[in-house]
Amino acid sequence: MSFINYSSREINCKIVYYGPGLCGKTTNLQYVYKKTNPEQKGKLISLATETERTLFFDFLPLALGDIKGFKVRFHLYTVPGQVFYAASRKLILKGVDGVVFVADSQIERMEANIESLDDLRINLAEQGYELDKLPYTIQYNKRDLSNVAPLVNMNSLLNSRDVPWFEGCAVTGVGVFETLKNVAKQVLVELKKHY
Amino acid sequence: MSSDLVMYEEEFQKIDEELQRLFHQASAKVVFLVDKNGQLIASAGETRDIDTTSLASLTAGNIAATGGIARLLGEKEFTILFHEGEKDNIHISLIGQRVILVVIFDKRSSLGLVRLRVKKASEALVRIFHEITNKAEREKSEGKLDESPFAEISDEDIDNLFK
Repeated sequence: MSFINYSSREINCKIVYYGPGLCGKTTNLQYVYKKTNPEQKGKLISLATETERTLFFDFLPLALGDIKGFKVRFHLYTVPGQVFYAASRKLILKGVDGVVFVADSQIERMEANIESLDDLRINLAEQGYELDKLPYTIQYNKRDLSNVAPLVNMNSLLNSRDVPWFEGCAVTGVGVFETLKNVAKQVLVELKKHY
Repeated sequence: MSSDLVMYEEEFQKIDEELQRLFHQASAKVVFLVDKNGQLIASAGETRDIDTTSLASLTAGNIAATGGIARLLGEKEFTILFHEGEKDNIHISLIGQRVILVVIFDKRSSLGLVRLRVKKASEALVRIFHEITNKAEREKSEGKLDESPFAEISDEDIDNLFK
């Protein structure tokens, strides 16, 4: 749900990074934070455990620039990936405008990816959304590791709708901005359709 | 799925007036209004030293988590949250299932006063948000939104954001 404020001339949109535990959702946000100009970003908030696992969410507000005299702001959120945080994960999806699914490319994590994608669909449905109708981008993360699944396999397992996807290595920043730009663009195109 | 929240100048002014009134009557430090999804709608008071964007997001997270707890216990929602600090206190209330009203206050005020004033302000805010919803629906059905600036967003405009 975007928030359009004619008074302050702002558009606010919410993008959620979803995916299995340790797939690199927080790392994506950290890289965006590191590489963005100070005047374009707010604080990166991480509600994490002592071992730096996301407990509730990470949050990063980004101001991208102006469209037709309106300031365009994106609020980026991650969900806690670990299976037992299911209840918290649901809450973050409230009011989402676009979703990034960060998949872990390691062969042994394929099952976790599939499980997380199913979980995403179910949780969206509970909020009245359909993944197939939302702006949606996939990132195949950790492509720099040696034990990764071939992209063609990952696409057939995780991308039946053939949405835009990117190879990523979030630690070094590969694919991070490409993914963000793609989903943000889809969100704005969607906004254009509605108004 | 809830629809987008569209705020026009007229309603924004009304909300702003209501928040200013609450700010003064409750002797608060800061008053702000957040959408349930974490977007800041409006604020009043000494906001200069406060990161209101982060505060809005965390408040919404807080309300969402509390709502989750409520449902687990078979409650529909806990509509009021109160956190007491050494110097500052924060009173958070859910208004009309849609927006969150946050009042930060210190020893110049009291919980009783804040609760009383929040209750009054809530009723007024509920009415304003009804108007906003009605107006949005009316304009959509009348096709007025065709005049919206977003209809003309070009691919180039979008690309320019990412340069």
